[in-house]
Amino acid sequence: MTTELLTNSNTPPRVAEPPPPPMSQVIEATEGRLGIDWAEIWNYRELLYFLTWRDIKIRYKQTVLGAAWAVFQPVMTMIVFSIFFGRLARLGEQTGGVPYPIYVYAGLLPWTFFANAVGFSTNSLVASSNLITKVYFPRLVVPLATVAAGLVDLMISLGVLLGLMVYYGTPVSWELALVPLFLAGTVLTAAGVGTLTAALTVAYRDVRYITPFLLQLWMFVTPVIYPPSLVPRQWHWLLSLNPMAGLIDGFRAAFLARTLDWSHIGISLAVSAVVFWTAAIYFRGVERRFADII
Amino acid sequence: MSQPAVSVEDLSKWYQLGPKGYRYGTLAEVIAKAATAPIRRLTQGRGAAREQGTVWALNGVSFQAGTGDVVGIIGRNGAGKSTLLKILSRITEPTSGRIRLQGRGGSLLEVGTGFHPDLTGRENVYLNATILGMKRRELERQFDAIVEFSGVERFLDTPVKRYSNGMYVRLAFAVAAHLNPEIMVVDEVLAVGDTEFQKKCLGKMQDVAHSGRTVLFVSHNMHAISVLCNKAVFLRGGRLICAGDTQSVVDEYLTSFTQGEQEDQQPDRRSGTGEYRFVAVRPTREYFSPDEEKAIWFQIERRRGKLPQVYLAAHLFNSQGVEIAQFDSRLVGQWAKDREVTEGIVSFTTPWLKPGSYRIDLSIWEDDIVDRFEGACTLNVSPVLPYPNSAQHGPSGGMVFGDFNWRTYAPEEALPHAS
Repeated sequence: MTTELLTNSNTPPRVAEPPPPPMSQVIEATEGRLGIDWAEIWNYRELLYFLTWRDIKIRYKQTVLGAAWAVFQPVMTMIVFSIFFGRLARLGEQTGGVPYPIYVYAGLLPWTFFANAVGFSTNSLVASSNLITKVYFPRLVVPLATVAAGLVDLMISLGVLLGLMVYYGTPVSWELALVPLFLAGTVLTAAGVGTLTAALTVAYRDVRYITPFLLQLWMFVTPVIYPPSLVPRQWHWLLSLNPMAGLIDGFRAAFLARTLDWSHIGISLAVSAVVFWTAAIYFRGVERRFADII
Repeated sequence: MSQPAVSVEDLSKWYQLGPKGYRYGTLAEVIAKAATAPIRRLTQGRGAAREQGTVWALNGVSFQAGTGDVVGIIGRNGAGKSTLLKILSRITEPTSGRIRLQGRGGSLLEVGTGFHPDLTGRENVYLNATILGMKRRELERQFDAIVEFSGVERFLDTPVKRYSNGMYVRLAFAVAAHLNPEIMVVDEVLAVGDTEFQKKCLGKMQDVAHSGRTVLFVSHNMHAISVLCNKAVFLRGGRLICAGDTQSVVDEYLTSFTQGEQEDQQPDRRSGTGEYRFVAVRPTREYFSPDEEKAIWFQIERRRGKLPQVYLAAHLFNSQGVEIAQFDSRLVGQWAKDREVTEGIVSFTTPWLKPGSYRIDLSIWEDDIVDRFEGACTLNVSPVLPYPNSAQHGPSGGMVFGDFNWRTYAPEEALPHAS
């Protein structure tokens, strides 16, 4: 090994290239509130891409089922929920004629993405502490990459939903074209909540234990397994302050050809944008301390 | 010359320390702290709390480096070298002051940052290079050169968790060696790998140095600093002691140990949590011969508080500042009990030391460092050689003497333990 190394060591000197124009930079303490530096994140898009790619690549390494887990999880949940809530709790009679399995699956699809994205993001910064203490890059890239990696699972389970739609003969409506809009809202919400919990976890490790519990509670105040019609009409405005409520409603309307409640969805989309923006600003405010306290 | 490539201007950074190595809190602690804050404010007064919990990692440091300079940053542990590197790399922000860089900066505080054991060598090269800021186009152009430099072509599609430590380090360094920033910040990455590879890395660093790029390089290895750097900066306790041409700064640094620094001789001004302090240290003899047992006597006093038990460590450095050995009492299961006054002796026989003078650093540890006494004493080894026939054939290679044996035999009379 050693001798081999020695013979290889005379790599030809690299050809000198013309120096790029000198860039000047000042490093000093930043003060006050910082905006989201989109230009810088764009500059680091390759890093975002590679971190996402790494997350996807290692997520199912050394598992027997591999990416099939992405299908297994929501499908099993759907079956269990169909039996317990659809049959035993008779929620299946209140879905407006839509078969309960596909009804609940259409809700589980965005919810599972959201819950996994937030769950993984929460730990993402601490798990990357070796990067954060050794290299500079915009820290927002870390939780964003985690959320982006979750999109792959979402695409796989979307395939299953399309299969279910064919099986149940669900009519297709023009609203299907709105799915990307609702997806964008879900990504914004997940990225918002995820960056917030990730940043909080850096300082307070408690957050990683609270988050799964809060997500569970959150699921029950979101009409995932029950139709929103179960909630009294006068409380609907409150329901739409939960961005996931309106978004899941939107997904269902788009996939299951039902009427869209635009006021409901509009509020949820607006709230998701506010959540993301607030979380990102908070993140920017505390990220300068990450390397010191992580 | 127009503007300097790197200009550090009155740079300071302080860290807020909580009680005993406090790094992050749980919510309960934060709530408890908030609840007791008014009481503490009453009992301590305002300024006191901040004074106590504040450590100046850097304090008003200024220096400049021109384009093409290779600057060595030297100083003892806790002098502020790492903090300076972290600020230069933009990992953490200064509290005040600024650094101006003319050119694209890149930093290398560790080799293999972001390597993932489950990914293959090829995948890790892509990932690591991207993390270190190499653009994809550049990487594709350099990929073959990186692989060739690493010498692990054959295992490129094997997960790196199956690599030997040496292969892993070579691949990681290969990526780092092909970064191309105009201003490069390097931590002691040369301290990895086998000697051959270290030589190769040193050679690469020299190439970089001669290619007109500006390099800032932190190391404890005075040999590497002398070979690589044309300028040096000496930090102590967060302050700049001197900056200038390498040899004079290195000399200043090395004599700072032999002179016995005022500050370090005063127990309560040393770093560490300070429950116990070394108050007296001396070797049991003025000179030792290379192969005999060397012993250092010490006395420790309890200064404040109490710890159930602590362990002690001694680090041995040669006159070049290269660390020869570490004697850590925890490794051999020896702990010191809490006493008002503790005396003790640390002794060792191997490695046999070459003639010369050696520096001993002593430290007391619990979870955190309790007392760090650098340059605690000097050990002198007399110029005699430990081998029977060394008069005619004195050994010149190596840093220490070996306690060795040679046997030769004809194949048929093979020794019992030879396979």
